[in-house]
Amino acid sequence: MSANTIVHAEVHVHRDDIGARLGMWLFLFTELILFGGMFIVYSVYRFTYPEEFHLAAQELNTIIGTLNTIILLTSSLTMAVSIVAIQKNKISLSLFFQFATIFLALFFMVNKYFEWTAKFDHGIYPGSDTLLNESSGQILFFGLYYMMTGLHGLHVIIGIVMIAFMMRFTSKGIVSYDNYVKLENTGLYWHLVDIIWIFLFPLFYLIS
Amino acid sequence: MASDAEVIGTNRHEPSYLDYKGKHSGIKGWLLSTDHKRIGILYMIGILTFFFVGVFLGFLMRLELIAPGETIVSAETYNQLFTLHGVIMIFLFIIPGIPAIFGNFFLPILIGAKDVAFPRLNLFSWYLYLTGGTLALLSIVLPGGPADTGWTFYIPYSVRTGTNVILPLSAAFVLGFSSLLTGLNFITTVHRLRAPGMTWFKMPLSVWSFYATAWVQVLATPIIAITLMLVAIERLLHIGIFDPALGGDPVLYQHLFWIYSHPAVYIMIIPAMGIVSEIIPVFTHRTIFGYKFIAFSSIAIALFGSLVWAHHMFTAGMSDAGQFIFSLLTMIVAIPSAIKVFNWVATLYKGSIDLAAPMLYVLAFIFLFSIGGLTGVMQGVISINIQFHDTAFIVGHFHYVMFGGTGFAMFAAFHYWMPKMFGRMYNRKLAKIAFWFVFIGFNFLYFPMLVMGWLGMPRRYYDYLPQFHPYHLISTIGSWILITGLIIMFYNLFKALRSGPVVTEKNMWGGETLEWQIDTPPIHENFTEIPVIEERPYMYKDNDPPVEKEETV
Repeated sequence: MSANTIVHAEVHVHRDDIGARLGMWLFLFTELILFGGMFIVYSVYRFTYPEEFHLAAQELNTIIGTLNTIILLTSSLTMAVSIVAIQKNKISLSLFFQFATIFLALFFMVNKYFEWTAKFDHGIYPGSDTLLNESSGQILFFGLYYMMTGLHGLHVIIGIVMIAFMMRFTSKGIVSYDNYVKLENTGLYWHLVDIIWIFLFPLFYLIS
Repeated sequence: MASDAEVIGTNRHEPSYLDYKGKHSGIKGWLLSTDHKRIGILYMIGILTFFFVGVFLGFLMRLELIAPGETIVSAETYNQLFTLHGVIMIFLFIIPGIPAIFGNFFLPILIGAKDVAFPRLNLFSWYLYLTGGTLALLSIVLPGGPADTGWTFYIPYSVRTGTNVILPLSAAFVLGFSSLLTGLNFITTVHRLRAPGMTWFKMPLSVWSFYATAWVQVLATPIIAITLMLVAIERLLHIGIFDPALGGDPVLYQHLFWIYSHPAVYIMIIPAMGIVSEIIPVFTHRTIFGYKFIAFSSIAIALFGSLVWAHHMFTAGMSDAGQFIFSLLTMIVAIPSAIKVFNWVATLYKGSIDLAAPMLYVLAFIFLFSIGGLTGVMQGVISINIQFHDTAFIVGHFHYVMFGGTGFAMFAAFHYWMPKMFGRMYNRKLAKIAFWFVFIGFNFLYFPMLVMGWLGMPRRYYDYLPQFHPYHLISTIGSWILITGLIIMFYNLFKALRSGPVVTEKNMWGGETLEWQIDTPPIHENFTEIPVIEERPYMYKDNDPPVEKEETV
């Protein structure tokens, strides 16, 4: 027992990959519900103002939307590949694919930037005079559009920061072939960002 | 019990968590500690501070209502008072309350673990709590003054008022995340860190209740987070989502608000029920009656409690079918709650009851919670609800449940676990005196509210018709008695921390759960060896009071 007493002061940090994964899944669950609240609001107003939503959606640029969908789906693939690479102990390959994910995510944000600024140039932004003169349904559509894609964009930025940290961890060996749960959890988060976009895209761009 | 104690016995080979020197020492050793026990104490300091602020605001409100007309504050100030009182008491005191203090401190110990699953996340939650509290306090001092919307932030008023609404909204948002992360941590802890042999049905009942609460925290909180964020953005940018002037629907806001805020009521009460289930067997020296029923009723309350939110909105416009369904579901929630009450009372039957301070608070809990619960069922009846809506009856009802229920259970927990946490014993006789002040004052304070609400006194009014004067007067006098009791109680507890008799007895109450088999106060890692659990909790083999009790007056 005395031996035990001496040792356990150092055994303070325990490792539990299943626990870490469970925690991440629970967190993703809360994220889904967070967006779920917004999807409820969306569906209520879409049923209240179907015509106006239809009209307002024609303002959105389907081409950029589609491009962004392809980019984000591809980035999910590169993320998944980077995890497989680390499992096979191919560190530089994993780093390359993590970098590719960040690159695609930035590409997505740049597209988003041009899309939003184009709207701003047309005077379509929350509280603008142009928008306030439109019908209620159009105000709500753009209110929801900015809120939901904005919140999603925020998640993309958080994801970029997380993956950047993972690149650092990978190069320092904290994330390695036998301890990659951090990278795996980041991947899970990134897939969530992807999946939310998969619902946002048709709900805003494809209803015109 | 005896066999387990030998396995776990540590006999003070190591310093307690209070004296433990880790990487940091002094104040940093607390502020940067990831020890679940120290974080529990940090929460305790924060939560009690806000509790005292909330009590003081409530005291001012009662003082204003001592006579008709303007007494000490203006109508606007009164609106700000009840808003602050509500925001502080709900988001900063009662929602974190029991899980954050006692859940953090005792959940890992009760399942035989050394810490929670994510200790650093746990500390982060406390900092979020602190941030939220600071934001709420900032709203008082910044120009514009504290919000006057009520803690519900109903639209459209919360978009139009000139007071600081965004600060308390963001406070609630941040606090929501603190609570959510605590819940996430507890679920993972219960799933992953139970000691060998600790199967689900060998867990103490408070663990079941923390577990059920954690699920509600995780599933309900995101909705309020996004909803409150939308209100803040609505104020800033006029996106129109809830603002009726722009086509939004204020009733939709109410739905989203209560989808969280009703389950939040169960975040407040389920841990309290866990405390009660923990204390009753100890002070009756009996095995708890209906262990599985109590365990599953926690889950059932969490489940059904998530489906009843619209009973807050019967007068806001709803279809008849909707009213019928929500009324029915509301009454169904009463069933698991009643199952618990019956099981507790059945445990008392033929037990050797020891009326120590924790037990007194628990018995008061059963009494007050029953009044609160039954008045709740009354409001589930639609016809009566329309009569009672927004009256003092509602205020009386939820104070009976929240304060008479959760508040009293928390006081019970203080008296039950404080000697374990700090290794100091309070004055037991004074604790009982304080109890009677609190209990009598409580009933004087809130029972008249039920009566005058029945007679038509609206809530949230700073003025009233002369015929309500006697009730308000009794109620205000009750608030003085209650506060006297609280002062005696906390004086007694704080004095014990400084100069109370030192307790090193592991099992001062004769409990059968794991926290009574480790050192008092616990060592840094709780257990020197992780215990192996062989039997169910609360297995009292005989009716002998386990330790002799010396009066320490």
